[in-house]
Amino acid sequence: MCWPAARARICRSGPVAAGRTLSLVPEPEPLVIDDLHVTFGHVIALDGLSLVARQGQITAILGPNGAGKTTMMRCCTSLVCPDSGTVSVLGHPAGSPQAAEATGLMPQSAGAWVNIRAGELLHYMAGMYADPIAPELLIDVLGIRPFARTTYRRLSGGQQQSVNLAAAIIGRPRLVFLDEPTAGMDPHARHHTWDIIEQLRADGVSVVLTSHAMDEAARLADHIWIVDQGRVAIDGSVAELTAEASLEDVFLAHTSDRADSWDTPSSPSGRH
Amino acid sequence: MTTLDLHPAPRAASPAARIRNHGLTEAKLVMRNGEQLVLSLVVPIAILLGGRFVGDRVGLPLSMLAPSVLALAIWSTCFTSQAIQTGFERRYGVLERLAATPLGRSGLLAGKAMAYSLISTLQVVILVVVSLILGWRPAGSVIAWLPMLVSVILGMSAFSLFALALSGSLKAEATLALANVIYLAGLALGVMWPLKDYPGGLQAVVAVLPTTALGESLRAWGAGVTLWWPVLSLALWTVVLALISRKVFRWVS
Repeated sequence: MCWPAARARICRSGPVAAGRTLSLVPEPEPLVIDDLHVTFGHVIALDGLSLVARQGQITAILGPNGAGKTTMMRCCTSLVCPDSGTVSVLGHPAGSPQAAEATGLMPQSAGAWVNIRAGELLHYMAGMYADPIAPELLIDVLGIRPFARTTYRRLSGGQQQSVNLAAAIIGRPRLVFLDEPTAGMDPHARHHTWDIIEQLRADGVSVVLTSHAMDEAARLADHIWIVDQGRVAIDGSVAELTAEASLEDVFLAHTSDRADSWDTPSSPSGRH
Repeated sequence: MTTLDLHPAPRAASPAARIRNHGLTEAKLVMRNGEQLVLSLVVPIAILLGGRFVGDRVGLPLSMLAPSVLALAIWSTCFTSQAIQTGFERRYGVLERLAATPLGRSGLLAGKAMAYSLISTLQVVILVVVSLILGWRPAGSVIAWLPMLVSVILGMSAFSLFALALSGSLKAEATLALANVIYLAGLALGVMWPLKDYPGGLQAVVAVLPTTALGESLRAWGAGVTLWWPVLSLALWTVVLALISRKVFRWVS
């Protein structure tokens, strides 16, 4: 696990920084999640989740449905308050104005008023920032122009995702959360989205994405965290994880099959 | 193809700009909604027409109905429309997205307050014009304007906070159903009829409702009477509903 090392380095950053020139002061890691516990009634959603996303990297979080990925994302935007544990976003508490200003979120599906037009939503999002990327430029580059005047509810899943991606990056963020960014996209849109995500990294933006697509994670990610039943099952670089088996095999070996676990007492809903 | 410069340079707009941005967008979206238009204008105008032509015969003259209809417009927009809109914003994950923007929670609430105050004010202006055309002549008293205006602002706040408490704690469908039932209940309890017309036992209950406070305040103003107790009642309701909505409001359903 990388986690204890990462924590140790962050804890040392104060005194170390004091003795160095400014350019060598380490920036806080964009996302540090430490021992997060969240329960909803009797259901344990997060059970000691700890992970870190590094500056300027693409970090992928994989896990079966119900593993706790969406709950984790919601903790990062402070929509869900953990029972215990901490989340640090760009060195600030989750949900703080400093974190919200520098973070972009691409929510999973929906995430918009049904009767807002795609272009209107982007102009609205741009209005939250003093120096946003021009909405019309994003509309052209991300191929949104043909449906910019269509209401959000009439867009296909893939078109909604394109609008959501544009909305996530419009405020020139340091860190973006992408929740299943290519779900529902056709192959052209998918490759286009991958290009944008790679350009984000090239321009120094840290990216945290969740996905069910192993090829997507293998192509994009610098570091992968596989989450199961609310905690990290295994993590590493793509090369480390795929040294002896394909990423899909590693995923299957380290995560529980919900169809099986529903019958066993060790399923998440069975633990109290 | 044009390429994007994605180098990080995040800078939030000023709080005032963010609130204005949200308020104008939400107002535009709500007004685009057909059902909303029926609730906010067609129903009150129908009541005014009824008052103009048969009101005197059933003891509901235009002089009393016109200010009551203004209270109705504020009630339907700030409570019913806002509850339903916010319920579906939770359902569709709009609030989930907005929580991650610089708007912030207080910005969202201020933006919503701006949106619904704008729509209510627009409605009130239209309904006043329609009432005047139909022959309503409010009694003139300069001093009566002050408690009425304060009551209107407090009423908008209290109804909005009630809407947020309801929509922030129930499922969207339950909010939709309940908001309509409560809309009708409010209409019968205090918004449309003068307090003195309720029978003895019921009168004591109706007297404490915020709907009654706003209705009575507007009716008193229409008759040129200066009435202060509704201001106190609505101020108390605003505080109580603010505390409740802060406690029960959840951003995702």
